[in-house]
Amino acid sequence: MTPQAKALLAVLGVFLLALPHIVNPYILSVATLILYLAYTGQAWNVMMGFAGQLSLGHSLYVGVGAYASAALFIHYGIGPWAGIWISIALCVALGAAIGFLAFRFGISGVYFALLTIAFCEFTRVGFDHLQWTGGSGGLFLKVAQRDQIDLANFRGPPAMYYYAILFLAASALLGCYFLLKSKAGYYWQAIRENEEAAQALGINTFRWKMLAVVISSAMTAVSGVFFAFYYNNLFPEQIFHISRSIEIILGPIIGGVGTLFGPILGAAVLTILADGITEILGVLGWEIPGIKQVFYGIVMLLVIMFLPHGIWPPLARKLGLGK
Amino acid sequence: MLSVQDISKSFRGLKAVSGASFDVPARSIVALIGPNGAGKTTCFNMIAGVFSPDSGKVLFEGKELQGLRPDQVCVAGIGRTFQIVKPFAGLSVLDNVMVGGFLKEKTVSGAKKISMEILRKLHLDAKADLPASSLTLPDRKRLEVARALATRPKLLLLDEVMAGLRPTECDLMVEVFRDLNRSDGLTILLIEHVMRAVMALAQKVVVLHHGEIIANGAPADVVRDPAVLECYLGEETVV
Repeated sequence: MTPQAKALLAVLGVFLLALPHIVNPYILSVATLILYLAYTGQAWNVMMGFAGQLSLGHSLYVGVGAYASAALFIHYGIGPWAGIWISIALCVALGAAIGFLAFRFGISGVYFALLTIAFCEFTRVGFDHLQWTGGSGGLFLKVAQRDQIDLANFRGPPAMYYYAILFLAASALLGCYFLLKSKAGYYWQAIRENEEAAQALGINTFRWKMLAVVISSAMTAVSGVFFAFYYNNLFPEQIFHISRSIEIILGPIIGGVGTLFGPILGAAVLTILADGITEILGVLGWEIPGIKQVFYGIVMLLVIMFLPHGIWPPLARKLGLGK
Repeated sequence: MLSVQDISKSFRGLKAVSGASFDVPARSIVALIGPNGAGKTTCFNMIAGVFSPDSGKVLFEGKELQGLRPDQVCVAGIGRTFQIVKPFAGLSVLDNVMVGGFLKEKTVSGAKKISMEILRKLHLDAKADLPASSLTLPDRKRLEVARALATRPKLLLLDEVMAGLRPTECDLMVEVFRDLNRSDGLTILLIEHVMRAVMALAQKVVVLHHGEIIANGAPADVVRDPAVLECYLGEETVV
């Protein structure tokens, strides 16, 4: 890491730590959303950006992780610190099942992506009919007092959630940094670039792809737990919806697939853009239905046309940060 | 060291290789030559585990290889290059080689060290930090070799690594392989059309034609074999 990169990272760190004390609740909620998407995008990036396995159904792990911990909390009073392990175990089992089916039988590329969508969709339909979790009517956590911190049950004021997701996003960044610099990172990138050549160099590609899926699904399970306890309500139609999966992957794609800062930058750009457009249009008084989506779409088109590798790689070069 | 015994392979009824047998003794350099479509690369792929032979056996140090996956064949001690080069285009030259290096070296620093040594041997060390996608074809061929060598193979399979090289570059590569063979005791089996390299390197030449072996012996004898002259080398001996 270059000195400039370290300095920038330190400034960003201090800024993010101080944020709850300097901004209003609305900005804090936007920042929480950005970090949530950054963390989840980072998790997705392990599979696609590092190992080259395209998942278009990552909301499966968010949903299952969220539902498992929320249902255990509501029905049995099992707190999120215990429930999170159940969530992780369930998501890892699901990820491993999808990975096994695909990699064992040579399903790759778009067909693998379709398989991930299929799993996500039938889980959504399943949860619509699962009465234990409220079916399509949704599952609700009691909204507790918002002014005191109850860490054991992960209830508290917005700033607590902000710091929790900041911790997760920072840990994921650090974890992914070390993963990428390790043997696993080299092997994953080799598989991503050319699987046949990777295999000829003695890499058991099945095993390493499975590892990527397992790590990615475990990380995403944690974002599900966060989602459940932050938003307090879960609906299958929302949490498992394909647009949620797309939302997860847009950040890393716009920011830069396979880069460490891409998911963070992408999440920030997209969220600020979406909210900013709403604000600006509100000020201008343009109340045309769907106009926000039109602007959003135009900006994304421009990014994809002019920055096909995402915003981060050229930005990093400009700032002299190397990779 | 490597013993190929009566292997055959058909693709939808087309016999690519039928009943081929040959040996590669330890510490030797053996060349597999023949016209295009003779089944040379199919032979290679059967040894390297890309597909298993319909019949016959491939023995490496006494163990049967047929049915193993390519990564298991590599772990057993056989490195290979691809005729159509397959660099990890998005990674640097050094990182490409390090991927191979991790087979024997568990640490990043260890893999980096042996990878740099190998890059030096192949005169690619000056380009270590360039992305592999920026290399010219001759350099990509060299990178293929470097990557395979980084797995520390006992037997190296080279699939037309001299193709497209200028004569001086070709001589340089010949020198590299000769050195690896002499000083490290590396056994080499190469597919090659460049007779200049074959004659300089090989102690034994196996000629494949229409999936069958039509000659097998010392290079000097093989290039005078009438059957080989007729189907492959032509009337004027290329030496």
